[in-house]
Amino acid sequence: MYKNLLSKYRYSLILLRQLVITEFKLRYQGSALGYLWSLMKPLFLFLIMYVVFVYFLRVGDGVPHWPVQLLLGIVIWNFFAEVTNNGVVAVVSRGDIMRKINFPKYIIVLASTISAGINFLINLVVVIIFMLVSGVEFRFEMLLAPVYILELTAFALGLAFFMSALFVKLRDINYIWEIVMQGLFYASIVIYPITMLLSRGREFAELLLLNPVAQVIQNVRQAMVSGEADTLLSISGNWVIALIPVVLSVVVLLLGAWYFKKQSPYFAENV
Amino acid sequence: MNKTADDTTAIKVDHVYKDFYLPHDKSNSIKSAALNILKKKSRQPGETQHALSNINFDIKKGEFFGIVGRNGSGKSTLLKILAEIYAPSKGSVQRDGRLVPFIELGVGFNPELTGRENVYLNGALLGFTTKQVDSMYDEIVKFAELEKFMDQKLKNYSSGMQVRLAFSVATRAEADILLVDEVLAVGDAAFQRKCYNHFRKLKKDKKTVVFVSHDMGAIREYCDRAIMIEKSKVVAEGDVNTVADKYTKMFMKEQSKEINPKEEQPDRWGNGIVKVKTVSAQKTEYKEDQYIDIEGEIVANQDLASDEYVIGFSIRNATGGQIMGSNSKILKVDLPPLKKGQTVKFAWRFPNVFNDGTYGIDATVIHPDTTIYDWWEDAAQFVVFKEARTPYPITPNIDFTIK
Repeated sequence: MYKNLLSKYRYSLILLRQLVITEFKLRYQGSALGYLWSLMKPLFLFLIMYVVFVYFLRVGDGVPHWPVQLLLGIVIWNFFAEVTNNGVVAVVSRGDIMRKINFPKYIIVLASTISAGINFLINLVVVIIFMLVSGVEFRFEMLLAPVYILELTAFALGLAFFMSALFVKLRDINYIWEIVMQGLFYASIVIYPITMLLSRGREFAELLLLNPVAQVIQNVRQAMVSGEADTLLSISGNWVIALIPVVLSVVVLLLGAWYFKKQSPYFAENV
Repeated sequence: MNKTADDTTAIKVDHVYKDFYLPHDKSNSIKSAALNILKKKSRQPGETQHALSNINFDIKKGEFFGIVGRNGSGKSTLLKILAEIYAPSKGSVQRDGRLVPFIELGVGFNPELTGRENVYLNGALLGFTTKQVDSMYDEIVKFAELEKFMDQKLKNYSSGMQVRLAFSVATRAEADILLVDEVLAVGDAAFQRKCYNHFRKLKKDKKTVVFVSHDMGAIREYCDRAIMIEKSKVVAEGDVNTVADKYTKMFMKEQSKEINPKEEQPDRWGNGIVKVKTVSAQKTEYKEDQYIDIEGEIVANQDLASDEYVIGFSIRNATGGQIMGSNSKILKVDLPPLKKGQTVKFAWRFPNVFNDGTYGIDATVIHPDTTIYDWWEDAAQFVVFKEARTPYPITPNIDFTIK
């Protein structure tokens, strides 16, 4: 039994590794700058946001290291967007393999999430360079950042599991998700400092921070860049409320994985 | 546990049913889903197709097991259920041992990747680590005869090259049970030979192989037992020759029904006073067989004396060149006088001197003065596939002894 489990696990790992490699090779194939593009995209988005919101609209004046916080927010948002957007189509786009051989289907979603994760880590290097240039000081709280990222990964992965399985039956999901993402981008406190919300009222900021994406972005900002950055805990002052998005992420992951597992025997005949 | 009842059974198929639900229109959208909720319908309009119903059989360990059946009979669905690609709607399949499907070669091939990258991806699907593929890579490439092409993208490969590469990787699979579906339908004779050699090796190694094919010659040669699927059910099970005969008979019946003696058919002409009703080779594939047997029937549409008609044939190779032929006049065959509506059966037997390839049979009925009653080009085909192959136009059996 134990040996059986081990061999099954081994197969998944072999396949996972190869699918991640394949995805990376395919993504930047034929482009002259290759992997550099995964750095360029968030950098240019950052540049535009910086010019529009920081330079012209003067959003974030008085917020410590706001440009770095802005970049960090964009990079985290991109990670979330990549995991979910790639996740939606992951199963359907692998339909050809699924019709020929049986393998653990969750590997497909996991592979696309890991690809996004590698991209995220490359982007993080740029963020760290920016932090050094801007003179952000090292604090031990920074070590908490991976925990928050783990929470966001759980949330995004749960959504990816759920939507990729649903997309097999309901091909409208990717359009719906595109629209949701447009709204979520502004609701996730990426391009403006939270102080702007707080001036409108504490409750509204609290409400938006119940969204794990917003909560994680604020928490990572607080941990990595500025201890002054407000988080759900600092605003609500209530541990129970602060744990809501964490619990939500875990629940989304469990439900997503459960639905995916339930549907996966029928992927091959429905894609 | 994925364990079968006793130690000698590799696969146990127990009361398996499979239904496919086919929606009537492209209705997998939110709009129709919402509409159906409003109408309190759990499902969209459509129909259920019963692809398999009540399938039961066991495959023993070390057995070469054949599954035959026409296209659409459900045999591919059955194979996919055996491979755990589809889940059965009802019933269960138990397997004992590691199973690898060869369902259509080129599992997981990606046209945008190079041959080399595809080997690694395919290897991973078969459960090989990068290191393991590294160690067998050269052999795989050599077996596929693609040394010069490995760094080209797969989309630039011919279909034959893709199949060779896929097969080459697939032969490495370490499995207790192999599922093989129509792999031999593609590729040239040389490649098919490689496939057959591999199967012979599998048989020698006492692997359990489930083999789906239309080629009764291969089924008869390799399989220990077989089943025939027709209209979602098992209609024959057991002895290979019995199953293969049943299949061939059914297929021949179908084929003779399909014959449509339209005068304007470009490959068939004549005044129709006597018509060739059916012609078929007794086997679809000939290996080392001494003789090739062709059988057929003619039907008369008016009374004719025995010296008023001649039955003939000629054999064409794949490029259409006529390579041999004869008729009842040359061979001095005594033909019976014909009454209107009467059918006469005939059989031709000639030595199998042919080289590997597909051959077409032209069947003719003419008047001795060469007026054509019926001239039917390419009325039937047969395939020759020999172990002993020569590069010459004919390959007869040769007794070669040392004295």
